[in-house]
Amino acid sequence: MTLALKHEQMTGHPERGVHVVVRNTDRVFESKQGEVIALSNVNLEAKPGEFLVIVGPSGCGKSTLLRMIAGLDQPTNGSIELLAPEGKHATNSMVFHGRTLFPWLTLRGNVAYGPKMHGVNAAEAYERADELLELVGLRGFERSWPHQISEGMRQRVSLARALATDPDLLLMDEPFGALDEQTRYILQEELLRIWGDSGKTVLFVTHSIEEALMLGDRVLVMTARPGHIAREVSVPFGRPRTLTEIRANPAFAPLFQEIWSTLREEVERGGAFS
Amino acid sequence: MNRRSTELFLTIAGPALLLLVWEVLSRLEVISPFYWPAPSKLWGTAVEMFRDRGLWSDITASLWRIFAGFVIGTVPGVLLGLAMGLWWPVRIFFMPLASAIYAIPKIAILPLVIIAFGIGELSKIMIVAISIFFMIALSTMSGVLAIDDQFHDVATNLGANRWQMIVTVALPGSLPAIFTGMRLALGFALIVIVGTEFLAAKEGIGFVIWQNYQILRIKEMFVGLIITGLMGWAMNLALDVVERYAIPWRSQ
Ligand SMILES: Nc1ncnc2c1ncn2[C@@H]1O[C@H](COP(=O)(O)OP(=O)(O)OP(=O)(O)O)[C@@H](O)[C@H]1O
Ligand SMILES: [Mg+2]
Repeated sequence: MTLALKHEQMTGHPERGVHVVVRNTDRVFESKQGEVIALSNVNLEAKPGEFLVIVGPSGCGKSTLLRMIAGLDQPTNGSIELLAPEGKHATNSMVFHGRTLFPWLTLRGNVAYGPKMHGVNAAEAYERADELLELVGLRGFERSWPHQISEGMRQRVSLARALATDPDLLLMDEPFGALDEQTRYILQEELLRIWGDSGKTVLFVTHSIEEALMLGDRVLVMTARPGHIAREVSVPFGRPRTLTEIRANPAFAPLFQEIWSTLREEVERGGAFS
Repeated sequence: MNRRSTELFLTIAGPALLLLVWEVLSRLEVISPFYWPAPSKLWGTAVEMFRDRGLWSDITASLWRIFAGFVIGTVPGVLLGLAMGLWWPVRIFFMPLASAIYAIPKIAILPLVIIAFGIGELSKIMIVAISIFFMIALSTMSGVLAIDDQFHDVATNLGANRWQMIVTVALPGSLPAIFTGMRLALGFALIVIVGTEFLAAKEGIGFVIWQNYQILRIKEMFVGLIITGLMGWAMNLALDVVERYAIPWRSQ
C-alpha cells in the first residue's frame, strides 16, 4: 500500500515518456586492424511510454546503439533524437551490462549517486535511495557493499540507481543476462510492476526471446554485424503479464518461432564471418 | 588449532626462531659474543638507553621526520598521479622524469636537499617527501588507469561532470593502488631516514646506530637496529588501520 504510493510519487505521469527516433544511423569504429562497421542504417522509433525490446546476435551493435541513444557515443552518420513532451529536456538512465555498481559506495550510496550529481542534497538523496531500495525489495541492505550481496540483488540495485534520477527513458543492456532462471523470472515481473504505468519509455536489450516476449510491447530483431533492424514483431499479450500466462497463450509459440527463425539465420550468417 | 591461532603462532615463530638461533650461537661462542651479543643481553642495554640516554626522543625524532615527509610527499604525489592517470599529455610529459628520478638511490640526493633546505629538520623531512613522491604518483596513476571504463560511462550517464568524476570515481577507484604505493613508500622512507641520520643528524634512530657503531658499542647498535625493525612494523600496522577506514569496502 505504502509501496504503491511511493511508486506513484517516484514514477510520475503516464504521458511523460520520451519519443525516441533513430534515423539512418551508422556507427563505424576505426581501429588498427581497419574499420569495423558496427551499425549500418539503423532506423527505429520508440513511442512515448513504450516498452521496446531489441534482440540480435552477439556483436551486432546493440550496446553501441544504446550508448548512442544515451549520448555516451556519437553516430558516424544519421541522427538520434529524444523528444520529450512540451519540448522539455529528455532525461535517460542506463542499466549497464555487467558489474557496474561502484564498489566503493554502499548500496545507498550507489542509488543516491545520480541525485547527488544533479545537486540534490545528501540527506534528501539518501532518503530517496532508501525508498528505491525498498521498492526493489532491498530494505535493510542500505549499508551493505556491492560485493557482499548476490548477483540478483546487484541487478536490483542497478535498476534502483537508474530510477533514482527519475528518467523519462530507461535503457537496459542485458540487465538480467547473468542471472539464474528463477531470479530472472522474478526480476522480470518486478521490472514490469515498477515500470507499471510510470509512462517511462524503455529500451531493453536481451538475448532471450522469451524475455523479449514477456516484457515488450514490440520486439526488434537485429541482423548480424553490420547491424540493422531485420524484423519487427508486435507482442499481443495484455498486461499485467506473467510468464505462465504468456507461455500458455496460443500466440506464444508462433511468435517465438518467428523471432527465432530470423535470429537463427543472422547468428549463422554472423558465425560464418567470424 | 583454528586459523587465527595458527596465524598468531606463525607470526611469532619467525622472529622467535631467529632470536633463539642467535642466542644459542652467541652463547656457545660459535659467533663472536662481542660483535653478536646474545639477544637476552640486549634487554638491559635497551632499558638503560630508554632511561638514561633519551632513546625515546631519538625514536620520536625519526618517526616525526617520516610522518611529516610522508604527508608532504603523498598529497602532491596523489594529485600528480591522478592527473597522469586522467590526462595522457600529463602522463607523457612526466613519465620520463618520474622513471629517471625513481631510479636514483634517494640518499644520493641528500647533498642537494641540504643545499636547498639547509642542514636542519626541514632537509630531513624533505628528503623523505621527495623520495616517496614519484612512487606515490606512479602507483596512483596505475590505479586510475586500472579503473574499469564502464564506471566512467555510468557516472557520466548519472550526470557527473569532469570534477565530480575525479572525486567520485578516479580517487576512490585508485585508493587501493594508492595504499599499495604508500606501503612501499613507508619502507623507502625508513631506509632514507636512517641513511640520512647516519650522515647528517644529531638525533634519530639512524644516528643512534651509526654513533654507537663508531665507538664499538655493539649492544647499543643492535638495540638501534631492533628498534628500527619494530618501527617499520608499527608503521605498517598504523597504515593498516588507516587503510581500513579509508577503504571500508575492501575490509572484512
Ligand atoms: N570502442 C570500440 N572500438 C572499436 N570497436 C568497437 C568499440 N565498441 C564496439 N566495437 C565493435 O562494435 C561491434 C558491436 O559491439 P557491441 O558491443 O555494440 O555489440 P553487442 O550487440 O552489444 O554485443 P553483445 O551481444 O555481445 O553484447 C563489435 O564488433 C565490437 O567489436
Ligand atoms: Mg552488448
